[in-house]
Amino acid sequence: MYKLLLSSRYLRTRFIALASIISVMLGVATLIVVNSVMTGFRYEMRDRLHSLISDVVIESRSTDGAENPEELVQHVWDVAGEYVEAVAPTVEIYGMLTFELPMQRSHNKEYAHCPVTIIGINPEEQDAVSPIREHLVGRQPTTDDEGKIIAPPLFHQDVPLSWELSESAKEHRKNWLEMNRWMELAYGGAPADAKQPHPFYEAPATAAAAPDAQGEPDPFNHTEPVRTADLSPDANPGTPAPNMFDPTRGQSPSDLFTNEGIVTKDPNEPFSARLYVGQNLIGYPMKNPDTGKTEIQMLVHPGEDVHISTIKTGLPEPARFTATVVDVFRSGMSEFDSNFVFCPIEELQKVRGMLDPATGQGDVTMLKLKLRNYDDAGLVVERLRTAEDKFPARTFNIYTWEQKRAPLLQAVEIEAAILNVLLFLIIAVAGFGILAIFYMIVVEKTRDIGILKALGATSHGVMSIFLTYGLSLGIVGSGVGVVLGLLFVYYINEIESAISWLTGRKVFDDTIYYFQDIPTAVSPWMVVWVALGAMAIAVLASVLPARRAARLHPVRALRYE
Amino acid sequence: MSKHRLQPHLSAVALTKSYTKGEIKVPVLRGVDVAVEKGEFVSIVGQSGCGKSTMMHVLGLLDSPDLGEVRLDGERIDDLPLATRDELRNHVFGFVFQFYHLLPELTLLENVLTPMMIRHSAWDYFKRRGEFRETACEIIARVGLSHRLKHRPSEMSGGEMQRAAIARALISKPEVLLADEPTGNLDASTGGEIMDLLKSLNADEGLTIIMVTHDGAIADQAQRLVRLSEGRIQSLEEAA
Repeated sequence: MYKLLLSSRYLRTRFIALASIISVMLGVATLIVVNSVMTGFRYEMRDRLHSLISDVVIESRSTDGAENPEELVQHVWDVAGEYVEAVAPTVEIYGMLTFELPMQRSHNKEYAHCPVTIIGINPEEQDAVSPIREHLVGRQPTTDDEGKIIAPPLFHQDVPLSWELSESAKEHRKNWLEMNRWMELAYGGAPADAKQPHPFYEAPATAAAAPDAQGEPDPFNHTEPVRTADLSPDANPGTPAPNMFDPTRGQSPSDLFTNEGIVTKDPNEPFSARLYVGQNLIGYPMKNPDTGKTEIQMLVHPGEDVHISTIKTGLPEPARFTATVVDVFRSGMSEFDSNFVFCPIEELQKVRGMLDPATGQGDVTMLKLKLRNYDDAGLVVERLRTAEDKFPARTFNIYTWEQKRAPLLQAVEIEAAILNVLLFLIIAVAGFGILAIFYMIVVEKTRDIGILKALGATSHGVMSIFLTYGLSLGIVGSGVGVVLGLLFVYYINEIESAISWLTGRKVFDDTIYYFQDIPTAVSPWMVVWVALGAMAIAVLASVLPARRAARLHPVRALRYE
Repeated sequence: MSKHRLQPHLSAVALTKSYTKGEIKVPVLRGVDVAVEKGEFVSIVGQSGCGKSTMMHVLGLLDSPDLGEVRLDGERIDDLPLATRDELRNHVFGFVFQFYHLLPELTLLENVLTPMMIRHSAWDYFKRRGEFRETACEIIARVGLSHRLKHRPSEMSGGEMQRAAIARALISKPEVLLADEPTGNLDASTGGEIMDLLKSLNADEGLTIIMVTHDGAIADQAQRLVRLSEGRIQSLEEAA
């Protein structure tokens, strides 16, 4: 009883103990805030990764794809139909995106080339397995800083996903083509040919100044055709060499980027190949010097044309086509936004030679599955893997999105764990503070300890006074810390805007993170563990001073001045 | 007076105790024999450093002798296990010190109740707290401090603090009260009041009191004097 009474009295009367309470409190609050924000970001990231990858993926090991997608889809329904909600066959292949940069220094045309993943999809099917609608800029309303809608989306939300250009994109395309023609007239050699939608890779007048245009063949270029010939013996020597963008070769642009089957009457008619292009591929963030806000500057706008190069099936042989950008893809995951180019699956199959001439059916490289309940993912993967006759392991690789993204997810997991350890060290530091302060209090209370022992208190009892004291410090500190931390998490966006206002700098720039608000998620177990950990540390820190107090000799303690 | 009873209540046999200061061994008690009967009021007098306080600490089991024994009702008690000695201190002995030694964080009532809190577990104490409170109030009234129940030691005078310390020593109903210079820090009249209180406790309730003092006038108020000098008994005498 005296233990409780004395430790509660010490707690109330020692102001120095307040210092240890505050240090425990701050440690606990920091841990809770950081953990909640990290968990929030992690959930958000998982959500986005998950939605872009789809629940379960069946991938053909060959980039040439697997035949007969309809039968494969039927197999999926046969094997795991009760768990599956939707299946979307797609073609995924690596390639290169090429676009013309706005003319700046010279009259030379400048091109940007980016490595990309080209994904051939049927938009509505794709949207059913992994939603892309919400990531297409043209389908989103334009908002201002406060998140208020200032312009409606270019398409009404009921309009199904398609490869149609929006009205504003059509308008832009007209102007853009017009300007291109004028540029050609002003600086280019031949005038624009009405038969071609617009002239690509025409030799600009200044190209003659380029070193490799002096008539001496570039030694590097020289070897290229030989290499190609080695790889594809039956390749026609007359087909374009890989240095296809070299304007001195004198090839007509129409040889390079053919779009057969389309009779373009309207010179402004877009190409049959259309694209959703990742935002970071064709745009870059730039700080507006006037407002101080980061804005995305687009190099290519919907309605303009870009070029895609990839490989055909079989031995590597280039395949390329020109396509019109329909919309910009922005998911907020920079990895996807700087890598993904979506195009119509039929177009990609045609260009890559994946169409079966007999049936007209195209091969696919990937089946994306959406499950009714993601918890069944492991089971579905297991079932599909065991259906060896339908999905032989040597042809197909089957995994859940988590398995596919395991390295990233694990890295984030480990990061969170390490951060937790580091933050717990803060509480450990607070623990050492408690230790020092308690040592002081024990020295200060030496005579009282002597009195208690003279009155018959056991060493054990004296020890438990200080252990109880430590525990109550821990309880109070972590209690206040939990409340403070939860309040901070709850009002984090208000706090963020207050700090932004005070410092005049945006702490959380939503153009960088693509979140309007800071995402948070409070896990009750995390809070419990943090609080318990803090209390345990407080008790552990008081063990040493408590032992010292217990070992004091009563007479020496009584005589202590 | 039954001085010649075979078995004294509390007795010390050939107590020897020395402290080591650095490398030098300083002998404090060099074989002291003392026997105290039930209901006696004995004072131990001597110069500073003659070992009288040590003597009292050894008798009260706060310290253990190097040689010799302490006996309570004929049983040796100085070599008992630590926990048993703690319990004996709580049950058998009451201590009063020169500097009162009250706990500054507690009120007078709480200070007086401390021995009961130490004796009983939290739960027992909680169940019987009314009963303990009543006893404590009675004893506080006995030492004349009823008006100071809720006061902290820092709000009381020296005499009041010493009365409080006596009340705390009494609540555990001790068989022996050990008082170490109970008046040493008080002026003559307050000291006199404390002595009157001790004497009346001895006379009315038959409490055995062993008092340590260097003040001959105070010591003379006891029934019997033990004079210590350099760790040895100089003389045993009846009080005047």
